[in-house]
Amino acid sequence: MNIAPDLSFSEVALEQPARLRIGVPRLLAALTALTLIGVGFGLYMALGFAKADAKQGEIQRIFYIHMPAFIGAFMAFAATTFGGFMYLRTRKAKWDALALAGVEVGLALAAVNLVTGMIWAKPIWNAWWTWDPRLTLEAIMMLTYAAYLVLRASISHAETRRRFASVYGMLAILLVIMVIMISRIKPDTIHPTVFGPSAQQARGTFELDASAGMSAALGVNMLVWAILVPATLIWHRIRLNNLIERLNALKARLADR
Amino acid sequence: MQTPFFRVVYSILVKDLQAEFRSRELLSLMVIFALLSLLIFSFALELDRIAREESISGVLWVTVAFASIIGLNRSLTIEREQGNLDALLIAPIHRAAIFVGKMAGNFLFALIVGALLVPIAALIYNVPLLSAWLAVVLLLGTLGLSAVGTLLATMTAQTRTRESLLPVVMLPLALPIVLTAVRATTGILSAQPSADWLGWLQLLAFVDAAYFAACFVMFEFVIEA
Repeated sequence: MNIAPDLSFSEVALEQPARLRIGVPRLLAALTALTLIGVGFGLYMALGFAKADAKQGEIQRIFYIHMPAFIGAFMAFAATTFGGFMYLRTRKAKWDALALAGVEVGLALAAVNLVTGMIWAKPIWNAWWTWDPRLTLEAIMMLTYAAYLVLRASISHAETRRRFASVYGMLAILLVIMVIMISRIKPDTIHPTVFGPSAQQARGTFELDASAGMSAALGVNMLVWAILVPATLIWHRIRLNNLIERLNALKARLADR
Repeated sequence: MQTPFFRVVYSILVKDLQAEFRSRELLSLMVIFALLSLLIFSFALELDRIAREESISGVLWVTVAFASIIGLNRSLTIEREQGNLDALLIAPIHRAAIFVGKMAGNFLFALIVGALLVPIAALIYNVPLLSAWLAVVLLLGTLGLSAVGTLLATMTAQTRTRESLLPVVMLPLALPIVLTAVRATTGILSAQPSADWLGWLQLLAFVDAAYFAACFVMFEFVIEA
């Protein structure tokens, strides 16, 4: 008789989550609806309510999405850091699920930021891309979090994967903060700064005019893109993660039969 | 009873140096790679005199970064393959001491490569490279690279893709080090007034401190089990 315990599925079996509701939680459904309405309202504020910029005209409107999307990406990456920190403290898999969701949502929002920025830069700077410190920061940030996903993919042991990912997520936010600091301390950039003084050689600077509804448009879109969108997407991603784990557990049980 | 912190660091450093002195595996790899890289860059960039002077600091730092990746990979894979890491984990020593010990060795090797590279680059690129400040930049730059590199190499040595993963995870994180070091080096080489580049040097020192602190604290999480 074989007395050695069968370890083949022990890892999966240990991590089997409690029974999940398959349907979308009511609160998540409400949040999703709110976010969709928010995105619509934000677009109305940006494209209709706010008056066109005196110097740049209509193209300036893209800024109302561009900057909030970056803040949103940063929020998502901050969620990754928080998830990693909490995972290392508590060793609960749910915190790692938050960290992973943060990376994927952050990458998506960073892509929104990048693409809107390029569309704006073409008429204003007359180039899609320049090797400016701010733009390089964006590219490096995205590559760092892409490396996070590659790192995860190359570790098969679940506990090690979560541990390493947590450590890397915390190093990555340190990198992002340091590069932002460097680009602020040494402003050899042509990128305009809306809050705080722009660098001397900045091209395409504009003032936010509150009476023209520009501050209001920015405020609404900030609420939508920096808070509602990342929160909703992260929640959906975590739910998806839970369903995947549930599915794997069920598959393992089926194979065990 | 725990062995005192610095005695552990010293022992690990001496062990690494002895192993290297006997095999000469790591340094020869790193130095040959660095020389090849210098040559390849000089062909690839088709440099005239002015372009050489402008791009030499970039070439230098990219080469040092890649050479240190080669060294880091080797240094941590050996620990893992020979089972020495497990022995270190069983020993009654502070985990962070292992980090500092391994980092000290990697730092020393990267520094040696850099110190060899600078005079050779000065020779074949015909640029006057010798200055005391450049030594400071080299010191700080390799320190930062080996701090963040030692932590990441310890992680990647435990993954499936191993050696090929380290450049992907390390190069983005090395950016603030390479960026500030290149700017400082350029300033020093083009004999700008020190006010122009001293700020970059300070930023480099700050990045080093931040990375070292973070890696020092988090090292225990990458060598569990």
